[in-house]
Amino acid sequence: MRASRPFASLALAALLFALFVGAWQLSASGRPQVGAAVDPEYAALVGAAAATGGQTPFPAPVEIGARILWHLADPFYVRGTNDQGIGIQLAYSLGRVLAGYLLAAAVAIPLGFVIGMSPLLYGALNPFIQVLRPVSPLAWMPLALYTIKDSALSSIFVIFICSIWPMLLNTAFGVASVRKEWLNVARTLECGPVRTAFRVILPAAAPTIMTGMRISIGIAWLVIVAAEMLVGGTGIGYFVWNQWNNLSLADIITAILVIGLVGMVLDQLLAIATRAVSYQD
Amino acid sequence: MRRPFVSVEGIARRFPGVAGAAPLTVFENLWFGIEEGEFVCLIGHSGCGKTTVLNILAGLDSPSDGAVVVAGREIDGPSLDRAVIFQSHALLPWLTAEQNIAFAVRSRHPEWSRARVAEECRRWIELVGLAAAAAKKPAQLSGGMKQRVGIARALSVHPKILLMDEPFSALDALTRGALQEEVNRIVDETKRTALMITHDVDEAILLADRILMMTNGPNAKIAEVVVNTLPRPRRRQDLHHLPGYYALRNHIIDFLVDRSRLLAATMPKGWDPRCVPEVRPAVAA
Repeated sequence: MRASRPFASLALAALLFALFVGAWQLSASGRPQVGAAVDPEYAALVGAAAATGGQTPFPAPVEIGARILWHLADPFYVRGTNDQGIGIQLAYSLGRVLAGYLLAAAVAIPLGFVIGMSPLLYGALNPFIQVLRPVSPLAWMPLALYTIKDSALSSIFVIFICSIWPMLLNTAFGVASVRKEWLNVARTLECGPVRTAFRVILPAAAPTIMTGMRISIGIAWLVIVAAEMLVGGTGIGYFVWNQWNNLSLADIITAILVIGLVGMVLDQLLAIATRAVSYQD
Repeated sequence: MRRPFVSVEGIARRFPGVAGAAPLTVFENLWFGIEEGEFVCLIGHSGCGKTTVLNILAGLDSPSDGAVVVAGREIDGPSLDRAVIFQSHALLPWLTAEQNIAFAVRSRHPEWSRARVAEECRRWIELVGLAAAAAKKPAQLSGGMKQRVGIARALSVHPKILLMDEPFSALDALTRGALQEEVNRIVDETKRTALMITHDVDEAILLADRILMMTNGPNAKIAEVVVNTLPRPRRRQDLHHLPGYYALRNHIIDFLVDRSRLLAATMPKGWDPRCVPEVRPAVAA
């Protein structure tokens, strides 16, 4: 169904994009120019638009395109703490996401394994998980700032806490629902607990675990923007906030597109990994 | 008293009653033996606890009472010496046919090199006629091919006892016939001790030296032991020409149709669970 007419879908997508951008450009170019005589000295001080009482207009696609090209021309420049290339900002965000995410995986997968193996532990820990899971990860931010006393580490902690739950629950579920007959095969072959865990339970649960990891990376990428808006300093979230303060909407739209593209790439990478470990029963 | 190679001594299996109901006794006081190199079939209707008996012998389940003694030692859990061929083949779907067998070979010989394991796998793959499908995953194999891999996996650990839980019941008639022949040949050649659960009367007559007849559950009992006196080697296509074949077959079918139900209610006088009467219908004919 999806792959049956890829060119037709692609052409329609291009057409819709062209229509949307075209309409936007047309409406933007029809905008009346606010023009009133003001004192040129005043205008030089506060900016021409502000001097005439006008608002910064919403950028037209052409202006945004120009900004995107400008960012892409030199994405890794550093001109002081508040003026760094969008590539640098992305790298900061990706670094934090990966650090928090990998830490979460290192905790959630072994812990989920143990919980999945033991119905007793599953029952004992489930209430805690169910209460903590729906909490917005940003609610942890003040606690993290208070205890860790480092804003960069705190944002990593927030990523950690938001990506741990899907991985934990999916690992526990995947491990708990390994087919009894596969475990019986391992038992009749006198497999030790370690061999059973790595050769039978892990491959059997791997697709479920990977699904959890895919959900987690999506959530982590959502949360990092908000977290960096709060803690500031570096990162794509801070970049968005900084451009809001500059009232540079074209830069914000550029960042939105970049965030979306990076999120898609992360998701697709995990989708490929999921496909690699999945099996047909 | 001399103990047979496999000695099942008064085993029982009870399940706790649900919501205050009386506990369910699937069977109790079950005694039988299997001699070394003997092929024994267990026949009975669904729900009489056949699979539970097999699981207890495999060590996957433990009896509520009684014990199973193999080669003079009470069994305590599963063992490589008692291989199971599962009804649902139970292959690991993320491994190829060859890797499934390799998993078993490596369990028996963890010290073997990669090349040695691969060589042993090749041998078993060829023995069950799957050389062309060695690199395929179970999902790409037909039901019969999957069960062949299951058989090769069970045999590749060189078990002392082969336990089979209706291994061919999910297969079509033609495939089933071919696999029965194959198991018959392998067991004949290797003189393996085997216990097979089956519903199929002809399968039992083809393969078994003795057939244990179980009454309907709950409280199932082994009512009698049918000794299969038909000469070996037996071949499927001329089995029904052998003298005594029909007497044997009718005796088993009569048991399954009527007596398994009637005997479940009342066992005849003098029936002793520790010394179940043996009958030889094929000789009497």
